[in-house]
Amino acid sequence: MLSFDGLVAVCVIYVAGLFGVAFLAEKRAAEGKGRWLSSPVTYTLSLSIYATAWTFYGAVGSAARTGLEFLTIYLGPTLVFVGWFWLLRKMVRIGRAQRITSIADMISSRYGKSGGLAALATVLMVVGATPYIALQLQSVTLSFSVFASSGALGQPDAESTATWVAAGLALFTIIFGTRSLDVNERHPGLVSAIALEAIVKLAALLAVGAYAVWGVANGPSDMLARIAASPLSEIEWNGARWLGLTMLSAAAILCLPRMFQVLVVENADERHLATASWAFPLYLLLLSLFIVPIAVIGLDLPAAGGNPDLFVLTVPLSQGKDGLALFVFLGGFSAATSMVIVAALALSTMLSNHIIVPLWIRATQGDRPRSGDMRRVALTARRLSIGAVLLLGLAYYRMSGGRDALADIGLISFLGVAQVLPALLGGILWRGATRVGAALGIGAGFAVWGWLLLLPNVAETGGVMLSIMSEGPFGIGWLNPVTPLGLQATDPLLTAMMLSLGVNVLLFILGSLFSFPSPLERLQGAQFVNIYDHSNTPSVWRGSAGTADDLLVMAQRILGSGRAGRLFQDAALGQGRDGDLPEPTAGFLEQLERELAGSVGAATAHAMVTQITGGASVSVRDLLAVADETAQIMEYSSKLEAKSAEQAQTAARLRDANAKLTQLSVQKDAFLSQISHELRTPMTSIRSFSEILMQDDGMDATARARFSQIIHDESLRLTRLLDDLLDLSVLEDGRVTLHEAEVELAQILDRAIYAAGAQEAGGKIAIRRDRGAEAVMLWTDADRLSQVFINLISNAQKYCDAETPELMISVHHRPGRIEVEFADNGLGIPALQQALIFEKFARLESAQGRPGAGLGLAISREIMSRLGGGLTYVPGGAGTRFRVRLPAKALRAA
Amino acid sequence: MPGRVLLVEDETNIMEAIGFLLSRDGWAVNGHGNGATALEAIARLAPDVLVLDMMLPGRSGLDILRDLRADPKTEHLPVLMLTAKGQIRDRDMALALGANAFLTKPFANAELVETLRSMARTANLDDVARGGGAA
Repeated sequence: MLSFDGLVAVCVIYVAGLFGVAFLAEKRAAEGKGRWLSSPVTYTLSLSIYATAWTFYGAVGSAARTGLEFLTIYLGPTLVFVGWFWLLRKMVRIGRAQRITSIADMISSRYGKSGGLAALATVLMVVGATPYIALQLQSVTLSFSVFASSGALGQPDAESTATWVAAGLALFTIIFGTRSLDVNERHPGLVSAIALEAIVKLAALLAVGAYAVWGVANGPSDMLARIAASPLSEIEWNGARWLGLTMLSAAAILCLPRMFQVLVVENADERHLATASWAFPLYLLLLSLFIVPIAVIGLDLPAAGGNPDLFVLTVPLSQGKDGLALFVFLGGFSAATSMVIVAALALSTMLSNHIIVPLWIRATQGDRPRSGDMRRVALTARRLSIGAVLLLGLAYYRMSGGRDALADIGLISFLGVAQVLPALLGGILWRGATRVGAALGIGAGFAVWGWLLLLPNVAETGGVMLSIMSEGPFGIGWLNPVTPLGLQATDPLLTAMMLSLGVNVLLFILGSLFSFPSPLERLQGAQFVNIYDHSNTPSVWRGSAGTADDLLVMAQRILGSGRAGRLFQDAALGQGRDGDLPEPTAGFLEQLERELAGSVGAATAHAMVTQITGGASVSVRDLLAVADETAQIMEYSSKLEAKSAEQAQTAARLRDANAKLTQLSVQKDAFLSQISHELRTPMTSIRSFSEILMQDDGMDATARARFSQIIHDESLRLTRLLDDLLDLSVLEDGRVTLHEAEVELAQILDRAIYAAGAQEAGGKIAIRRDRGAEAVMLWTDADRLSQVFINLISNAQKYCDAETPELMISVHHRPGRIEVEFADNGLGIPALQQALIFEKFARLESAQGRPGAGLGLAISREIMSRLGGGLTYVPGGAGTRFRVRLPAKALRAA
Repeated sequence: MPGRVLLVEDETNIMEAIGFLLSRDGWAVNGHGNGATALEAIARLAPDVLVLDMMLPGRSGLDILRDLRADPKTEHLPVLMLTAKGQIRDRDMALALGANAFLTKPFANAELVETLRSMARTANLDDVARGGGAA
């Protein structure tokens, strides 16, 4: 007997094998080898993801409960592949010609590349597929536990099993599904793994069927007798349900996201479809061959247990055929995993292309990054979406508790995704179908389906909304989802199907009839409906504001620089142009848009190209049909005008900025030249005198002392200059930290006068003060303020040219501020030069030859502005008069 | 042989250094600290060689040089220009205006002394020795 651990080990080995096959296929494909990768057989086998764990396990369960009804699930696709082959071919042709990435993209592309419609379809698909994914996780978990419990080796934890399976599948899908951005480049590795799984599940089902007929029963005749004797033969044939289910599964094969993925997106050659048209029904036939025998045997064997959904597994297990059971287990595992992988891939493409990337583009439109980061965003979005899709499935599985019969969940999903069928078929077959109609139909059908099927299914488990179930919302009885419109139908699925699709089709047709399609919608409609004659329509280009350059930059963001470059070069070559950039002709833009669509979906690609070119590509014939063209052109030209006005504004701003820069650069040169002069001047004396002292040929001591003194003084001057420069640079950068505290103005003045070496008595200059007015408390940086005062006092000492120099320091209390004035009795500063004194290195004519580099006032003014006040020269007085202003907020109660 | 030299320089310490060096080398040295009145001083003192600072209060050394070269009396007066700005452009301008030599501050004492000697020699050998420049 196989242990649970052994079972896990087998699974791991099997999955590793799948990884190996996928890797090998990717490698072969990259090398251009491996014809089998794109053979019709592989294509047909990949289509078998239609048969999921639901079909693998559930068909037998369905047969045991409702007889031959399970056949409808095979009948629908068979009818489509045989009878509606032309429709499939058209879908594949359109998908390839327009580089469609998903079913939502197909709908959006047809209806004028509408982003909103794409998002709606995406939401519908995700909601519809989530129960289905949950179902697969449930079946894997269930088969695990059945297998393990029969071995009596301890029950595995169902929830952790489901989690591990989901994580593994997410990893696999991310690795093989998001290697390349362009979905139309297809995923050979993934498809190969799926084709292998298709073989495994068919072989497993055939093996257990053969065992049932020849191992348990005694050959076909005994089998037939057993069937005739079984309760199955007594089940009544329900015509309406047969018809409904057949239609539903036929719709599902067209609408399921994962089916669209393998059918259209992964299609390498249209001719493969011809093979699939008979090979796929054959595959389904083989799958269904032994369903009834297994069901009958299962019912006959008491040891097979009570759940017919697991007969496929329990029949061989109960007979001790462990090897066969293991094979069956792997078959079911294959069915579940291949469905989840492709569904996650398809849904993630939709989520990323139609919801995440458009939102991202909108969010970043303001700055429009031009670097190649779009690719990374799209890939990351896709990877995250894969994780999200599997998480959703896992969450649904946990919420629903895994109670529902497998087939029921599958049918709910089928009907959900079938809501896009009217818009899809209408779009392909009817030129008159419009976006409004499609949105109304899908939206309403989705709502009815959600209300009648999904809600009860969720609510049943959640225990919420029970009153709604029986009484309807707000007490409106006929709206209750169990007996809608008072219909006492015995079959909720059929009721929901008729109501939802009925409302859907009705609104789709009415909406289309009563709305007017946009030009692009008409164009796309024509291209979809007449795909066979529209392959090479000549078209004209309206609007050419976009340049090939811009387009190339954008293309690089999405396709990567290598591929975008090649695309543009080839196009340029095709147009017979030199260089790498083609003329943005209609033909080229269409081609570019299709290439981009392969990566980000038609709606987004169209929006991006339009954003740059500002126009739309339209064929000559369709142009004639476009009635509102004039309005569009007018709108376009007004946009153009706005754009050129904007450009002129930008140019003016650029000119201003350039002028400012030039001015700044001139100022900087002048400043550096000034600094050079100020540094070199003291250095000249220092160097000269030190050389004289070094030679020292009998110089007398007085001269030597004097020269040393000069060297010393000039060194100090250099140091002061450097200090001032650093100080100024710190102040101008605003990096200075102020140490503000409460301090009395008189104290600061005392300190400044002392530091300037100008004591009130016996100094070079007589200082007069008004101590009464100075007795005021300030909230300021005392050191910095005193630095300003020192500068003003020593300036007066240096420059006041009166016989008996005097400096008057007066304090004025003004409303909201305090002013401290420094006025000397000299000649003052000439009017012309008053404007210059606060400039760096500004020294007045009269000041030449006196110490100082001319930075003091510049520094003082910076300090005062940091302290929230100001420093100004007061003209009109007799002598030089400076006013220091301290702000109101510096005031504190004296 | 060294003769009379006039220093037009506003930095007193630099003036003192140059004065010391040139006196020691045998020159008769005069000094003047203002650009505005420099031309008068030159006319009055009639030096054999002129040492002229570029940045002077009142009038720039380059303007003074231009006037000297325009006046037939001082057309051939050997002039050594000094500058602390240290930009190539200043040097080119000074030489273009007819300076005989050009030194950037700070300079080496020997260089200053040698330059002046060489200028004096060239002036003595040939009156037309404009552009003789530093040896």
